[in-house]
Amino acid sequence: MLKPLNSKLILVAVASALLVACKSTPMADKPAAVEDKSPSAATKPADGASTADTSGVKEVVVDSNANNAGNNPLKDPNNILSKRNIYFDFDSDIVKAEFRPLVEAHAKYLLANGNAKVILQGNTDERGTREYNLSLGQRRSVAVKKSLNLLGVQDKQIETVSYGEERATQNCADENCFQPNRRVDIVYEGE
Amino acid sequence: MMKLLRTFIFGLFLGLATHVNAALEIEISGGGAQQIPIAILPFGKSPEVPAKDNLHEIIAADLQRSGLFRALETRGMANLPTSVTQVKYPEWAALQAQAMTVGEIRPLGAGKFNVHVQLLDVLKQGILADVDYQATTGQFRHTAHKISDMIYKKLTGENGFFSSRIAYVNKSGKRYALMVADADGYNPQPLVSSNEPIISPAWSPNGEKMAYVSFEKKKPIVFVQSLNTGERKIVANFKGNNSAPAWAPDGSKLAIVLTYGANSQIYTINEDGSGLKQITKSNAIDTEPVFSPDGNWIYFTSDRGGRPQIYKVAASGGEPARVTFEGAYNVSPRFSPDGKSLAYIRNDGGKFRVATQDLPSGQVQLLSEGSQDESPSFAPNGRVILYATKLRGRGTLAAVSADGKVRQRLSESSGDVREPAWGPTLK
Repeated sequence: MLKPLNSKLILVAVASALLVACKSTPMADKPAAVEDKSPSAATKPADGASTADTSGVKEVVVDSNANNAGNNPLKDPNNILSKRNIYFDFDSDIVKAEFRPLVEAHAKYLLANGNAKVILQGNTDERGTREYNLSLGQRRSVAVKKSLNLLGVQDKQIETVSYGEERATQNCADENCFQPNRRVDIVYEGE
Repeated sequence: MMKLLRTFIFGLFLGLATHVNAALEIEISGGGAQQIPIAILPFGKSPEVPAKDNLHEIIAADLQRSGLFRALETRGMANLPTSVTQVKYPEWAALQAQAMTVGEIRPLGAGKFNVHVQLLDVLKQGILADVDYQATTGQFRHTAHKISDMIYKKLTGENGFFSSRIAYVNKSGKRYALMVADADGYNPQPLVSSNEPIISPAWSPNGEKMAYVSFEKKKPIVFVQSLNTGERKIVANFKGNNSAPAWAPDGSKLAIVLTYGANSQIYTINEDGSGLKQITKSNAIDTEPVFSPDGNWIYFTSDRGGRPQIYKVAASGGEPARVTFEGAYNVSPRFSPDGKSLAYIRNDGGKFRVATQDLPSGQVQLLSEGSQDESPSFAPNGRVILYATKLRGRGTLAAVSADGKVRQRLSESSGDVREPAWGPTLK
């Protein structure tokens, strides 16, 4: 159920060919390249450092994330707080009863950790136009926010955003493919 | 309805598509009954002129693509004059040409050239236009497009769109690039690239800047970037989503969509991020704003009535009024340059297609045949609508003449192409 979000995107990446940009002549200035500063990218050097070592000495990476993983309830696979996806029915922004324990656990954590901030990322399937789907995904993240609000979490600890269809599986043929795209992902600030 | 008359790929286009700078391959189908047969003759030129830029081929391709012309094959002709004094009109009348061009490219020194072109009326045996252009070696394609615009204007009475540019997003693997290319798909150049999504490019009215939405900070943020300098500024980075930028026709401000902690609502904001003003106030989704060409109205998508429909509101705010009534799902409004027609996307029984609505009469015409068509935008002269479609699961661009008679597909050699926006005509 908690499949890594990116697994399908990576498959697409393997099939990629040369960027068109490579064979074009640049404009007056270079294009603005945007670096990925995501936490996942930032943790990669930890793996890279150990495999790149050729001296026979295994490097131990002391990384704040890695160090905390054991104690951090948000990362503990046995803790409900590590579950971060809330799925929705077609054309719906109703948070279903089956996700109530998950929402309650995150509300409890946020109430106990007043400095923690959560980003609720709404998503839709690929059907429809991008900007309208962005708004539909937002409606889902707002629905989860309202559930947290009802459990006492203040707005200052919550940001609702949407990715719309940008992370949706492409060229779905049936509901089994569409369904996992209709979700809200719970991401803690700094993750 | 629209039936596909025939599909043919011109050898001419295939030849051009192998050009090293060609990224978008163009395929045309259909065609108006009233096409003007025109012979575009090779330009006389000296050896200093680069061979790869065959102006006559570029011009012929431009005119053919408009659907209003039929470019005649001239390779079999015994005489290929380069000046009106050498023209034997009966030879061209026999080819059934109604119009023709002759011209030559003359070096002026210091890398500059003079391009002389004469547009001739074959039936009346007279000169319709006699024009000189100056170009450097890098400007031959642009000069060809300007000549195409001149011919189009002379023979149809309307402005052309060949020297305009288009923007689109290319996704290759996990990489997104916002690209700018000539209207014929040549000279694609990246404006910004990222490994997070880029959507909703919007040209400033003078064509010098692009507004767009980037997810590079893990949320949608509105940027404006100068095409020439690459200078890039955040217009809107408020809590929640920042998206759907649209320029006011005088370039003074943008309409955007913000959410804060709730649903999408429409605001206006200055390019420097000042002067934020809320335009719509509803509990519904209000998004995809676009200014009417006179600047008085903002048209937008809203589901305030249950299903998404297009509404309009005074650009200064006020009570919105509904614009679309046919169909259960109408989104992504875009104006024709004269303000008389609206293009949008209709969900027609699960198929997302491009429709146009004549605003004075309210009459609606479905123009595209795809099932996942998105992002319509008009050519600067209103004659063609560019949009995103899918072909065998891959995002590609397509264009349809505003009367629905001529179709084109523009596919990039790699990656998924989406989010097209047609820019203004270059000077």
